[in-house]
Amino acid sequence: MTVYSFQQHFDDKIDSDITIEPKDWMPDDYRKTLIRQISQHAHSEIVGMLPEGNWISRAPSLRRKAVLMAKVQDEAGHGLYLYSAAETLGISRDEMYAQLHSGKAKYSSIFNYPTLTWADMGAIGWLVDGAAIMNQVPLCRTSYGPYARAMVRVCKEESFHQRQGFEIMLTLAKGSEVQHKMAQDAFNRWWWPSLMMFGPPDAESPNTESSVRWRIKRFTNDELRQKFVDVTVEQAKVLGLQIPDKDIKWNEERGHYDFGVINWDEFKNVVKGNGPCNKQRLEARKSAWEKGQWVRDAATAHAEKRKARKAANANTKAA
Amino acid sequence: MTQDNKQNKTEWPLWEVFIRSKAGLDHKHAGSLHAADVEMAIENARDVYTRRQEGVSIWVVESKNIHASDPAQSESMYEPANDKIYRHPTFYNLPDEVKYM
Repeated sequence: MTVYSFQQHFDDKIDSDITIEPKDWMPDDYRKTLIRQISQHAHSEIVGMLPEGNWISRAPSLRRKAVLMAKVQDEAGHGLYLYSAAETLGISRDEMYAQLHSGKAKYSSIFNYPTLTWADMGAIGWLVDGAAIMNQVPLCRTSYGPYARAMVRVCKEESFHQRQGFEIMLTLAKGSEVQHKMAQDAFNRWWWPSLMMFGPPDAESPNTESSVRWRIKRFTNDELRQKFVDVTVEQAKVLGLQIPDKDIKWNEERGHYDFGVINWDEFKNVVKGNGPCNKQRLEARKSAWEKGQWVRDAATAHAEKRKARKAANANTKAA
Repeated sequence: MTQDNKQNKTEWPLWEVFIRSKAGLDHKHAGSLHAADVEMAIENARDVYTRRQEGVSIWVVESKNIHASDPAQSESMYEPANDKIYRHPTFYNLPDEVKYM
């Protein structure tokens, strides 16, 4: 087969919604785009454990603590599913970690914001996980098989994350005046960064066109952002909280909520590494990796020793 | 299933995980993970793939021991079955009087 026919075969599959699997031929750019997107997604799950991990020891009840631990554990799991999916494209786990630690690979900029109060656990579950679900549901049908299968698993587990967050917000919003204020304050701080989670506007998103062509992405950044705004405004009403945007208004003609201008300079700045917690997050990951070296080495040594002992036993029996 | 990576020497080997979701059903591929040895692979599989009672039994096999058919050969590989519809019961016409067959 010529290169043209490989390409043709690939395009035909994409057009007829047949998933691409690891050993299938794929264009280099498709592979590269997927490695970038899946590893970035995996890193986000792993770094995403840090802001919430901050509150496990200070959860207000045993129930909340058990729930938060389960959620953080899930995020570790989601990171692992995604790393495995990326590995099927020919990049090793260690290479991905190295890219994260060197700053070459990005993770979702939302995790570079601090978690100042318990209400932030509610806002993160409700808004950040809510935005993540909005992004992830269409990815369950993404064209690359291992990524799609990982996302199915992630989405199944994620909906409890959003519900537990909403429940925290509801409890606080309907609680004392101080608690209500705390919920509103968390909402104020997480609203805009949550909208930024969908990425730059379509006009400035360099990867959108090819990702849509390859059916990696099913909706554009702006489409998903609008969908998120529409559902979240209604949910805020249930909570009795104010959307921290004076321009929020129902637009009869569009059938959507209009919203204010997003501060993209802030977004770019956080992506560049200048957010409130970038340094702290990356240091935490690097330190966990470095301090875990002896554990990884010990496990390898132990496995080798056991293997050698087994082999020796087999030899004695044979003799 | 995972492609052969340029594996880092210090990286733990990769394992494929198969899970039986309940008694009586087949083990089904769930995903993969890294572990130093088989015991660790099973324990990690428990933590990564059965946090919500998804399984009652786990198989793990080192990824390098899995051999797969070549997708480039798919056409010739599976073509012979295409024209043998007589292998399906619906191929045969039976009189209406014959029931339960």
